[in-house]
Amino acid sequence: MTQAAPTSTYFRHLAEGRFLLQHSPSTDEWVYYPRMVAPKTGATDIEWAEPSGLGTVYATTVKRMKPPAAHVNIAIVELDEGPRMMTHVQGIAPEDVQIGMRVRARIVDGPDDAKILVFEPETGA
Amino acid sequence: MTIGTNLRGKTAFVGAATFGCGEAPGYTAIELAAEAGRLAVEDAGLSLSQMDGLFICLPADFLSGLSIAEYYGIHPKMTNNSRTGGSAFFGHVEWAALALDAGLIDHALIVYGSNQRTGAGKLVSAQAPSVFEHPYRPNNPVASYALAASRHMHVYGTTAEQLASVAVSARQWANLNPEAFRQGPLSIEDVLSTRLVADPLRVADCCLVTDGAAAVVMTRADRAKDLRKPPIALLGAASATWHSEISQLEDLTVTAATESGARAFAQAGLGTADVDVVNVYDAFTINTILFLEDLGFCKKGEGGAFIASGAISPGGSLPVNTNGGGLSFCHPGMYGLFTMVESIRQLRNEAGARQIAGAKIALAHGNGGTLSSQATCLMGIADTV
Repeated sequence: MTQAAPTSTYFRHLAEGRFLLQHSPSTDEWVYYPRMVAPKTGATDIEWAEPSGLGTVYATTVKRMKPPAAHVNIAIVELDEGPRMMTHVQGIAPEDVQIGMRVRARIVDGPDDAKILVFEPETGA
Repeated sequence: MTIGTNLRGKTAFVGAATFGCGEAPGYTAIELAAEAGRLAVEDAGLSLSQMDGLFICLPADFLSGLSIAEYYGIHPKMTNNSRTGGSAFFGHVEWAALALDAGLIDHALIVYGSNQRTGAGKLVSAQAPSVFEHPYRPNNPVASYALAASRHMHVYGTTAEQLASVAVSARQWANLNPEAFRQGPLSIEDVLSTRLVADPLRVADCCLVTDGAAAVVMTRADRAKDLRKPPIALLGAASATWHSEISQLEDLTVTAATESGARAFAQAGLGTADVDVVNVYDAFTINTILFLEDLGFCKKGEGGAFIASGAISPGGSLPVNTNGGGLSFCHPGMYGLFTMVESIRQLRNEAGARQIAGAKIALAHGNGGTLSSQATCLMGIADTV
């Protein structure tokens, strides 16, 4: 079936305070970023579903800023459901974020008048 | 020698040139590209009016194929400004070889030029920011390569010192290249004392931002024999694309160079031991590590130690980036074509103080996007065909 506009749907859910991902029942595949068709399998039986919100830091860097601006963590988090996403890991110093660290999703205000998904250490959540 | 595919040895590089590398104040991008193209055509002993296939990228002109045809006042039969980032010129070589072999064109001119140092003052990127990455404001491209580096360090124990050794080796080669923009002594400690940009990558782990232009001319092997310079045969060329944004790369320590390299070697009927000189797109120090591993010159995970041992430096067992690379020679944005020009110069014995004696086979490797597009080209002197 043809999807309702995936990108705007994803960000509308975030604006409503909900983190939802696309999921294909036929392939049991979670999809991020949201698409018209699932990557690799080509599945189109895609429904919006709620993931656990838990994940693991897969890669991490610190965007170094000129003072007085604060340095910013940029990470790739692998969700427990499989997909990976670029994000910020917040709640600890940006350089203390470690690969393998367990993290939990949180919706916050982004820089463009829209909500974004960030992560915090699971133990601190 | 083994015949890999029916394109092996069918076409050759017969002209090569660079222009305006470093700083070329006042010149526009197309002026730089046009002059490199003119010099490459002159190098081949041909005339611009004979160029019936035009292949080009300019940083900010998405119809640059039209612009360069008009600029030269010629009427090409084939015009191509397709883009895969800094590897685009490798795709151009593939298409040019096919079109030359099919008889659709007789001479292909491939050109690039940018004035981004004196014109824009910063790296000009053509990669559209993803709506899913942009809200996090990654300082791309360096942030994406830093993420890959963080993973390589985590999985294989690669160290900041080993990353720094890539920049040190590049500088040692640049010190032998009078055209190189950055010269002078550079130690591991010097690299590690530069400012962090995106951990673990520091300023000296990042390519230069310079002006510069490069061009090559290709023709069929039968036409190549009688031109001004000895022809450099195209023995194999292959590309692979796995993703666009870095979070979508399946394993951040393995790039599509595994695939492009394997196919290029198979086409050429060659293996890594046959290669005398290697020029890879070193946008960041992690690139050289990843590509030497993925192309098979060392095992996965051992690239850092391999390079830190001095293997790729002047006097080492595998000369890599003999012009000084994007790290110390020049990096005007889409650097890929410069790896081909340096490979051709080495095979023609034109590389001066940095010449690899008796070099017969060279490998050039291009990278585009954020490790996204990978493309490999094997070339050799006439008696390798």
